[in-house]
Amino acid sequence: MSTQSMSFNLRVWRQDGPQAPGRLVDYKVVDISPEMSFLEMLDELNVQLIRRGERPVEFDSDCREGICGMCGLVITGVAHGPLPATTTCTLRMRHFQDGQTIEVEPFRAAAFPIVRDLVVDRSALDRIIQAGGFVSQNAGSAPDGNAVPVPKDDAENAMDAAACIGCGACVAACPNASAFLFTSAKVSQLAYLPQGRPEARRRVAGMVRQMDLEGFGNCTNHGECEAVCPKEVSIQHIARMRKEYWKAILG
Amino acid sequence: MNQTYLNAPPEESARILDARIPPGPLERKWTDHRGHVPLVSPANKRKHTILVVGTGLAGGAAAASLGELGYRVLNFCIQDSPRRAHSVAAQGGINASKNYQNDGDSDFRLFYDTVKGGDFRAREANVYRLAELSGAIIDQCVAQGVPFAREYGGTLANRSFGGAQVSRTFYARGQTGQQLLLGAYGSLMRQVAAGTVTMLARREMLDLVVVDGRARGIVVRNLVTGELETYAGDAVLLATGGYSTVFYLSTNAVNCNNSAAWRCHKRGAFFANPCFTQIHPTCIPQEAETQSKLTLMSESLRNDGRVWVPAKPEDRRSPAEIPDPERDYYLERIYPAFGNLVPRDIASRAAKRMCDEGKGVGSTGRAVYLDFQAALERLGRPVIAERYGNLFHMYEEITAEDPYRVPMRIYPAPHYTMGGLWVDYNLMTTIPGLFALGEANFSDHGANRLGASALMQGLADGYFVIPYTLGAYLAEWRPQAISTDHEAFGQAVTEVRQGIQRLMEVGGKEPVRDLWRRLGHVCWERVGMSREASGLAKALEEIRNLRKVFWQDLCIPGGQQELNRSLEMAIRVADYLEFAELLAMDALHREESCGGHFREEYRTPEGEALRDDERFSYVAAWEYTGDLQRPRLHKEHLTFEHVQPGQRSYK
Repeated sequence: MSTQSMSFNLRVWRQDGPQAPGRLVDYKVVDISPEMSFLEMLDELNVQLIRRGERPVEFDSDCREGICGMCGLVITGVAHGPLPATTTCTLRMRHFQDGQTIEVEPFRAAAFPIVRDLVVDRSALDRIIQAGGFVSQNAGSAPDGNAVPVPKDDAENAMDAAACIGCGACVAACPNASAFLFTSAKVSQLAYLPQGRPEARRRVAGMVRQMDLEGFGNCTNHGECEAVCPKEVSIQHIARMRKEYWKAILG
Repeated sequence: MNQTYLNAPPEESARILDARIPPGPLERKWTDHRGHVPLVSPANKRKHTILVVGTGLAGGAAAASLGELGYRVLNFCIQDSPRRAHSVAAQGGINASKNYQNDGDSDFRLFYDTVKGGDFRAREANVYRLAELSGAIIDQCVAQGVPFAREYGGTLANRSFGGAQVSRTFYARGQTGQQLLLGAYGSLMRQVAAGTVTMLARREMLDLVVVDGRARGIVVRNLVTGELETYAGDAVLLATGGYSTVFYLSTNAVNCNNSAAWRCHKRGAFFANPCFTQIHPTCIPQEAETQSKLTLMSESLRNDGRVWVPAKPEDRRSPAEIPDPERDYYLERIYPAFGNLVPRDIASRAAKRMCDEGKGVGSTGRAVYLDFQAALERLGRPVIAERYGNLFHMYEEITAEDPYRVPMRIYPAPHYTMGGLWVDYNLMTTIPGLFALGEANFSDHGANRLGASALMQGLADGYFVIPYTLGAYLAEWRPQAISTDHEAFGQAVTEVRQGIQRLMEVGGKEPVRDLWRRLGHVCWERVGMSREASGLAKALEEIRNLRKVFWQDLCIPGGQQELNRSLEMAIRVADYLEFAELLAMDALHREESCGGHFREEYRTPEGEALRDDERFSYVAAWEYTGDLQRPRLHKEHLTFEHVQPGQRSYK
């Protein structure tokens, strides 16, 4: 257990509702231990705010072990903060300098309206999945699990894509607020597996259409999405989605 | 407050609980039952509205499957998306009796292992059904595109898990729960697109509406606007998980809570075996007082990791400086037949015992080593990285130590709760029309759950049990439509609103998180890994006192009609303060040790759990009789026809 204690100057985005004006507000947090996660540090800030009779900062989080995808903050300009392959909830304060000024903002995108403070509405991502990100498989009608062999490499590649946690960091990091990485991860996962092939064309066409309808931007190959992705989902899946898309459109 | 009943023996009901187990031989029960229950015709299904609360493996699978059948489903979750339910965090795998490894597995063996693993406190008929359905779950998930691990020949890979001597666990790296959940979520999204399921996210269930003795609706709080909303239907399915967060620090997500189940309990659903809580042996030890949660390291690590402590107490040398002969690989020593793969309850207590003897490691002395050195030498780093890479990464992120070089430090932590709402064979609670699925019910794991069995149970309940038993309920009853204009809805809303108002008006100074932490501390210290009568009596007193403190000191900034996490948390903690009493009371009444329930007074000379089948071979189902009133105990006697209860031996 560390006896070291750190303090930080936070500049936190505060916004009372979707239509309300927002602003960065300065807070100082003290007595932060280096083992704390970024969200535990914000929990401490909130305890301090509540004790002072102020309104705590609202932010989303759930599992706090980097798998549910519910948390996500832009930390001094970088989605999920400075450490690669890390979610906000698993980022530890030891990666910051004592006394550092840290800006904390929500994941911003036209398709992610702000709910309050650092909480955003990412339901657009669910709607992209609704447009085809599944295999149409009713319970009860599946053949034996070993009936269709799947090459190990294909299963591994599918798993790499399937690791996406749907946090939306890729969208927040993209200058175009594009959801290409998110969408391609699901398209690619199911394209690698024989079970996904029957609906491959419908799937990619539907998901890409929905992505546009939701107001996400286009992909212009900046690669910022891959850089911030906490699960290291590769932009190769975007290339694969493009291929699948042209196959679907051109037949 | 009335404290007189706290330490008195419970009032017992003369009524025997009927689990409605179908007649016939064990292996025919489910098939015959399924073949004989009445059905709802396809044209009538769309006339039924079903409310499904929760979107984890049980809730998500149920909502999707019922949608596929043509029911109108309303599905609720507290997160912003159904894909975030805490099933997502399950790491290690899912069991199925496929016997793909040709190593002697069968439905009977999975059934046997589960009944034995549960320390003979589960219902045989339910467990057999679970084993029987396990294979179909794998088939369903593969067909959905779940990227399970594969062998080079393209077939599904398996690994071993605690409490079994066969390899029956299917997995997708260390993210099995995530992949199974995303499979169910995909099916759910497909039904949303098809219009059969309406998804209502960021809503928390705060009451059950009972009309003429049947569950007909729910009250939820819209977590964005603060509005109280009502929904009516012909049945309510509760798939809201367990209550491990009563300990505050647990491996569960920070929003996991017991309020929906507790409020159903207050409306008449019996709560069964609350004292059966699982403390998972391999978690990253607590580092700081301000920590918000504990992180699990998958049990699958015990396949290749060896658990040890220094043989001499108070040995403060670094692990590398302790030569092999001066290490105690205590699981291999005490349980040679199962070694590092003993069930969770056994492994957790053994770790505690070592630490109590002064052999614990790390700065706090509350940890044991999980060492991969031998496996790295035997298999090489690439194989270990393929099997556990993400877990090693996670460990390093949290502790800043590299498990490829330094052994992991682990310690037990609250993880899962076997207790839950009492359900019959059809998963129906004691309120007709209210069903409980997955971790929210009590039925399949007895006093201890084996690893890789929670995912199996959640999906079995959701995909393959409830579609039949719900249909039977509706076909027999033929409900009339009901609307939320019914006075029972108005009444329930008024009660929920008054409850929230009371919380808002406390006007103290304490953040709810600190009060929750204090409750958690009491529960962990006195109703945690080991329990004894005087400590439990003390816990009951302390919980009562804390409840007074809560209602004097609580501070909730902000308002009701908006997103307000302090309020959400206060509602959950207020319910936990009531529930914690039942937890302690159940632990006090059960004068035996079994599975995850360990009473210091009842143990074998070797320190193992000592059951008392004469007196306690029953499910304790508690009936709510009013606030601060003594709950009434109902018993469901357990009969074992196929597995003879004996002392569980893993030696």
